[in-house]
Amino acid sequence: MLKIGPYEFSSRLLLGTGKYPSLDVQKEAVEASGAEILTFAVRRMNIFSPEQPNFLEQLDLSKYKLLPNTAGAKTAEEAVRIARLAKASGLCDMIKVEVIGCDKTLLPDPVETLKAAEMLLEEGFIVLPYTSDDVVLAKRLEELGCHAIMPGASPIGSGQGIINPLNLSFIIEQANVPVIVDAGIGGPADAALAMELGADGVLLNTAVSGAADPVKMAKAMKLAVEAGRLGYEAGRIPKKRYASASSPTEGMSVV
Amino acid sequence: MTLVINGETVTVPDEVKTVSDLLAYFRLDNKLAIVEVNVRIIQKHEYGTTALCDGDRVEIVHFVGGG
Repeated sequence: MLKIGPYEFSSRLLLGTGKYPSLDVQKEAVEASGAEILTFAVRRMNIFSPEQPNFLEQLDLSKYKLLPNTAGAKTAEEAVRIARLAKASGLCDMIKVEVIGCDKTLLPDPVETLKAAEMLLEEGFIVLPYTSDDVVLAKRLEELGCHAIMPGASPIGSGQGIINPLNLSFIIEQANVPVIVDAGIGGPADAALAMELGADGVLLNTAVSGAADPVKMAKAMKLAVEAGRLGYEAGRIPKKRYASASSPTEGMSVV
Repeated sequence: MTLVINGETVTVPDEVKTVSDLLAYFRLDNKLAIVEVNVRIIQKHEYGTTALCDGDRVEIVHFVGGG
């Protein structure tokens, strides 16, 4: 079970809800992923077209926990404002703190992220900060009281997979709260690797929504996360430099 | 009355007096909308009692797809 604050989840895959080709495909992909936590962004409503369909309104909210993000924020104050707006919906108390410090790489601003996390924890939010794979920053966020740490695998939407498995494994080893690898996942192998490294979960969006067949990819990611987790729990063999025969060397019938 | 809604200047009829009236006027009353008036978040139970004044800055936001 994945435990985040007071909540428990049987799925370790967290799914983003952006950029799907259609609402129908999105609904099917969400279903196929088995995800129980879905991320959303907070944006201005087009008040002149109330009939516009909204994915969230078509969702059975008893089946999912919402994880709104603070995307768009560049300062801690902006992130806190977005988080408060999200909470005022009455639908959620978890927040993905996302404070971007660089437009080109979309890498998080560590100083503002730390500040936002502190302010939101004081207000009683369940705080999950999106952070770089910096080991010490992850530690600092945990010390503040964050309920999970979400280091990126590589830049958001890049699909480059896990660029620094060493740092991720350091973060995972030292953490006493769930570590969810967030951003940069490209294919199922990336998700499985994150889980094999010992991550408690994987958060991805574009890898599914941008796939040629998002529904099939959602299922692939579900299986990859499950396989990676099982592999981690099973304990993989250490890597050796030379071969080691699987068949016995004794009792060979020599002609 | 003239309001600034989501950054746009919008004139609404005189019968719009509260946040509830405003949402009903734009047919947003059964949408998952979150409202802020002059940078103060209005909780749902305050919609009916929060009066709007000429020049108020109103933000109406909702959840959209995002990662």
